[in-house]
Amino acid sequence: MSNEIAILGAGMHPWGKWGHNFVQYGVAAAREALADAGVPWQDVKFVSGGATIRCGYPGFVAGATFAQALGWQGAEVNTSYAACASGSQALAAARNKILSGECEVALVVGADTTPKGFLAPAGGYRPEDPDWVRFYLGITNPTYFALYARRRMDLYGDTLQDFAAVKVKNSLVGSKNPRARYRKCFTAEDVAASAMVADPLRLMDICATSDGGAALIVSSLEYARKIGKGNAPRVAAISTVTPTFASGVLEMPDIATDSAAAAGVEAHAYRSTIPLKAYEEAGIGPEDISLAEVYDLSTALELDWIEDLQLAPRGEAAALLRAGDTALGGKIPINVSGGLACFGEAVPAQALSQICELTWQLRGQAGDRQVQGAKVGITANQGLFGHGSSVIVKK
Amino acid sequence: MSSKPLVPAIEGWHTMEAKPHLIGTQCQDCGTYFFPKQSDYCRNPECESTDFCEVELSRTGKVWSYTNACYKPPAPFVAQEPFVPYAIAGVQLETEQMVILGQVIEGLTVDDLKVGMPMELVLQPLHETDDDIKVTWKWQPLAQ
Ligand SMILES: [Zn+2]
Repeated sequence: MSNEIAILGAGMHPWGKWGHNFVQYGVAAAREALADAGVPWQDVKFVSGGATIRCGYPGFVAGATFAQALGWQGAEVNTSYAACASGSQALAAARNKILSGECEVALVVGADTTPKGFLAPAGGYRPEDPDWVRFYLGITNPTYFALYARRRMDLYGDTLQDFAAVKVKNSLVGSKNPRARYRKCFTAEDVAASAMVADPLRLMDICATSDGGAALIVSSLEYARKIGKGNAPRVAAISTVTPTFASGVLEMPDIATDSAAAAGVEAHAYRSTIPLKAYEEAGIGPEDISLAEVYDLSTALELDWIEDLQLAPRGEAAALLRAGDTALGGKIPINVSGGLACFGEAVPAQALSQICELTWQLRGQAGDRQVQGAKVGITANQGLFGHGSSVIVKK
Repeated sequence: MSSKPLVPAIEGWHTMEAKPHLIGTQCQDCGTYFFPKQSDYCRNPECESTDFCEVELSRTGKVWSYTNACYKPPAPFVAQEPFVPYAIAGVQLETEQMVILGQVIEGLTVDDLKVGMPMELVLQPLHETDDDIKVTWKWQPLAQ
């Protein structure tokens, strides 16, 4: 298919709270991806970076920052910022460059260093800033995840035990991932003993923020064949669609949804629209998916994603979980990397880390986490301000 | 509570009467409501209107979802000492077809709430300053 590009290499700096400069993580991930691909740095003609907004000017021009750190060699650069979807948008830029024939092989890389403590908004009296408004009124990030979780309980009958079971499942498989930050196997009792943050979510239901870096080397199919890697996993689709008015779901940092009062306007749930374009572009349906890496900012959110990806009918993800179908060895394993539960969120690297995991899984190189016979994988994530993405990788 | 004057925590976002309303705007072309107020452009992709008027939003609706805050939020939130957890609800307004978030009145917990429960808007203190008491909108179960 003319829309496909090859993934020749994948690399990650382990997630953690290392306290180093983000550039160091990005360079480590890029070097690992280059070595994995067997592609010399000098041959990379496009560097596409995911921006970090927490690390000053070098973070705003991350593509150039990484290119300089790896040694200027004349490659063109790009930097993408799309919140949690930054890595996917950076990958889409590289794909465009490759499919247009302007470059054969590209590096896509994202890395982040998170500050210690809360990221509070600027002070003063600033009611024009929705982030200021919601904190002033006592609405924090966990509020939104808890609202989604509570709707699952009241509408579908999900329980606290279900949410804890997601954590137990992900921590078990994540304990086998050397790149994960949290590698302890937690029990349902551990989750139940952790402090309630925003009912029904406890501390262990909610993901942390981490340092980390992830990188991919991608190329035209022709280049892949030329270097003897014609069988490399391929990016079959990238969706970075924005929402459709009117959004009927309360989204961080807003205090209200859109109004769907106008004639001809319907309320939409953004998350479920993100994978639609990916499925259509790849010519692949939910029934073809072997595994998925989804953005489990909370345990309950993993269940929402399973339904948004149409891997279960609406309201039935918990039944899949209870049957063991979403665990390693189940019918449709979800987050066999360990997910955000084991990694913590490193925003510009996270979407790429999801694709790294799919790459290793599709090559059969995931070791103790290997999904047998994995052929097609899908990622999904959603962040602030109408940014979200879904990427399909296939053999 | 002291005898300090009651003033809105955020100026112009709600009326101050006993049965208060949130103040939004409505597009005069397509009928879309906005809260907070939007008077410069219409976000309906089918509409290019620049004509808006202020409207009082419905003061009753049904719970879309709910949670609570077990820990003190960071500034600009001003917490009581000691911090008292409070419930939070998103309430769906029928006419406006939108969900609006707010705290739930003091003394109620998540055990008192349910998706679909009828709620109404009231005013309660958010915090106190040297000069006045800042009040804001909160949701409370609709008196039957
Ligand atoms: Zn309009």
